[in-house]
Order: sequence, then C-alpha cells, then structure tokens
Amino acid sequence: MRHDFVDRFSRLASPVHKLPASAKFLAALAIVLTVVSVPMSFPLVHACIALALVAIAGTSRIPPGFLIRRLLLLEPFAVGAALLSLFQTNGPAVFAALVIKSTLCLLTMILLANSTPFSDILDLLKRWHLPALLVTTLALMYRYLFLLIDELERMNRARASRTFVASRRRSWHILGTVIGQLGVRSTERAERIYAAMRARGWR
Amino acid sequence: MHIPDGFLDGRTAAFTAALSATALGIALNQAKLTMPPRKTPLLGLTAAFIFAAQMLNFPVVGGTSGHLIGAVLAAILLGPSAAVIAVTAVLIVQALLFADGGVLALGANVFNMAVAGSLGGYALYRVVRRIAPGDRGRLLAAGFSSWCTTVFMSLLCAGELAWSGTSPWSITFPAMANVHMIIGLGEGLITMLAVAAIARIRPDLLEEGNEKTAVSYAPILAFGAVLILGMVIFIAPFASPLPDGLAHVASSLGFGKNALRPPVLHAPIADYQIPGLGSSVAATGMAGALGAVVVFGLSLLLAHVLVRDHRQSDTT
Repeated sequence: MRHDFVDRFSRLASPVHKLPASAKFLAALAIVLTVVSVPMSFPLVHACIALALVAIAGTSRIPPGFLIRRLLLLEPFAVGAALLSLFQTNGPAVFAALVIKSTLCLLTMILLANSTPFSDILDLLKRWHLPALLVTTLALMYRYLFLLIDELERMNRARASRTFVASRRRSWHILGTVIGQLGVRSTERAERIYAAMRARGWR
Repeated sequence: MHIPDGFLDGRTAAFTAALSATALGIALNQAKLTMPPRKTPLLGLTAAFIFAAQMLNFPVVGGTSGHLIGAVLAAILLGPSAAVIAVTAVLIVQALLFADGGVLALGANVFNMAVAGSLGGYALYRVVRRIAPGDRGRLLAAGFSSWCTTVFMSLLCAGELAWSGTSPWSITFPAMANVHMIIGLGEGLITMLAVAAIARIRPDLLEEGNEKTAVSYAPILAFGAVLILGMVIFIAPFASPLPDGLAHVASSLGFGKNALRPPVLHAPIADYQIPGLGSSVAATGMAGALGAVVVFGLSLLLAHVLVRDHRQSDTT
C-alpha cells in the first residue's frame, strides 16, 4: 500500500492543485460555513456553490468516478441521520435541506482532501500555532497509518490461510484478538520509533 | 455516530467546539506535565491503531454493520488525557481527509467521542475496577464501560441534533439510544476480547498507563466540570420531568417565537401525535436501565469464561 492512499490524488498537477494550501483550506471552510448557515429559502446560493464545486472538480483533473464513488460511500450516513428528521412538522422540507447541505459539504471536503497533500495541511496547522503535541500526533498518525493497515492485511492473510470455516462465535473472537494484537504491535512499533528518534537526536 | 456538516446549527456547533477546545486544552496541558517523552510517538501510533480498528466492521442485526469507536480502549491503553488527544487526532483526520464527520461539526464529534467517550468511559472503568479487582475485573470493567459509553455518546448526539432543531428529541432519543444499545454490545464484546488478547501478549501495557496514575484532583475536577456542563446543556433540558424542557428554555431565552412560524409543509403525522410516542421515551429510558444491568451480568459471565480459557491455555 502506498503511503498516500488516503489523499491519493493530492499530488496531481492542475491549476487547483497549484493554489496555496492556506487559500484552499480557508475557502473550503468558508464554503462549508456558507452552505450550513444560509437557509434553504435562498436556493440560488446553494445552486451557485454546487456549480462552482463542479467547475473546481472539472479543472482539478481528479477522476470524476473516484469523486462520485467517495460521495456515494459517505452519503448513506448523512441520509440515515437525516431520516430521523422526517418525523416532525415540515419533515420532508427539513430532510431535503439536510441532504442537500450535507452533500455540498461532503463534496467540498473531498475536493480539499484530494487537491492538497495532508503534509501541507499539517504545515498550515503548525504555522497557525496549533499545540505542537497535537500536530506531532497527527503527523505520526498520517505517517504510520498505511503501515498499520498493511500489518492488518498480513494478519488477515495469515489467519485466512490457517482457518477453514469461521463460525460466528469464532469470528468475534478473531476480530477481538486481531484488534488486540494490532494494538500491541502498534505500541511496540512506537517503542522502536522512539528509539530511532532518540538515536537521531530528537529532543 | 459521526455527525456530518449541515446537521448542527451555529449555536450548537459553537457550544460543542468551546467545550471540546477546553477539554483538549486541559488534556494537552496534562499530557505535557505528566507524560514521559518516550510516549510521544505512542500517541500517534495509537491514533493510527484506533483509525485502523475503526475500519473493521462487525455485523449488527438486520444486515447493518457497526464498527468499533475505541475511545474506551484508547483510554485503557493510554490513560484519559492521552486518549482524548489520540481520539481527537483520529476525528480530525477523518474529517479533513475522508470527509467522515463534518468540519463544522468537528467540535460536536470531538466532544461526543473523544472527550465524553474517553473521559466518561475511563471514569466508569476506574469505578468498576475499584469494585472488581484482578484480571476478571479488568475485563468486566472494559466491557461494561464500553457499552455504557456507547449509549452515553448516542444520547449526547441525540441531544445535539434536537438542540439544533434538526429532529425532535422524542424521535432522536429512542432511535439513537435503542440502536446504540445494540451496537454497544459489539463495542463492549470487541473491547473485552481485545483487552483479553493484550493481557495475554503484553500484560505490562495494561498495568503501566493506568495503575500508577498519579491522583491529582485538579485535572479530574476540570475534566469533570466540562463533561457535566456538556450533559447539563445537551441532555438535561430534554430529560427533565418538566412538561417540555426545551420549550421552556426556548421561550425564556427568547428564541421560542421561531418555533411558532406556520409550517412550510404539512407533515403526514403532526408532532407528538404518533401513538405511543410519549411513552416510547420513557420505555427507552427503562430499557436503558435494564440493559445496563443485563450488560453488567453478561460482561461478568464473559470475563469468567475468558480468564479461565486464558489460564488453561497457559498451562497447556
């Protein structure tokens, strides 16, 4: 697995990708804020934002199929939560507003994540004086997440090559043990990382 | 459990963000004071571990699946302050990179899962641990506190949605609580099995962070105050025995008149008139209380089975 599987298309070369990270980050926040705070009685605002987002997606050269798949992957959660709002006076209107607003916000954030490398965003957070420990935690998490997922895949392969049938009771036990084992392995990795950091003169 | 953008109004987003920022500030300060430097990479790796563990789904009834939230597991491994930081990092990456949970709703998601999840879960874990010592007590505490925390987080979530006027409490509370009483069983079971596995492989990891935590009351008081403030704001107005807590608060604060606007569309079912809806809130409360007792019993039973298994496998 590649280290940038989480922000795979963030290193393309398009006009959108070349914009400075801070501009994109602030613009994304502004768009989300506008979408959330402007009521649906001004549909023109939301239509304009939707058009702008589609235009940005077009110029960014991110494969449209990928964007649509990502959106469809996340949409069920938003629609599921919105279903709860149907059971009240003017429920359908609230439901429609929630789905439209959350879809626009999702698209905005997906575009931001895939046009800006996460390391640039971390840089930004550091420059904006977020607490150092939090930024370090985020950076280490981004750096090692793909290794842990690889580790998980290796454990799954090893398990699959050793068990024939997984009964229901067994599968719970396996899931719990895999998670426990992964916890131990990531802790031991952290111990090695600390030794390596010290050896290179950290702090 | 991750609230997307668009579901919370500005007021709720601002309140939850302020509460989360306060709790995170205390946690960072506390970690700086008490955490040895060799644990710095552990925070990042635990965050990555929780993220990876959240990607593994388990089946819930009816073809749906849930996944571990892992706030209690993180708190058991790291202690409360470090767990707040690690789970917050998970939520930030999920919001920024995966659009899983909104950016403006980040404050609410951090408050529900990182702050209330880690702190509330850890507090309960320690209380049960004090009553039930030993290996079995640890598993019992892990399972029971995970279940309770999952339900607690869903209550906060329901309260925030109701506060925002997105959907009424009479709907969100039974829906969220009932679903999470079931999902919580998975969370509790997985946490117990994972803790049992860690106890088998590296028991020292479970002793270190927790057993020798220096008892200083200032952070406990500060964390407790933030947690209780959140509960008072988001759950208490709805759970109060007064006829309609929110309406009272709304009218006394002067934003009640918004609710008096004529509805844009006429709903097929008028508010509060679904048969048995008023009683479903009470029934959910009863089910929750009963569920807590049942889960405590089940955790106790499973703890006995798991620890006996482990002794046998040691001797063979």
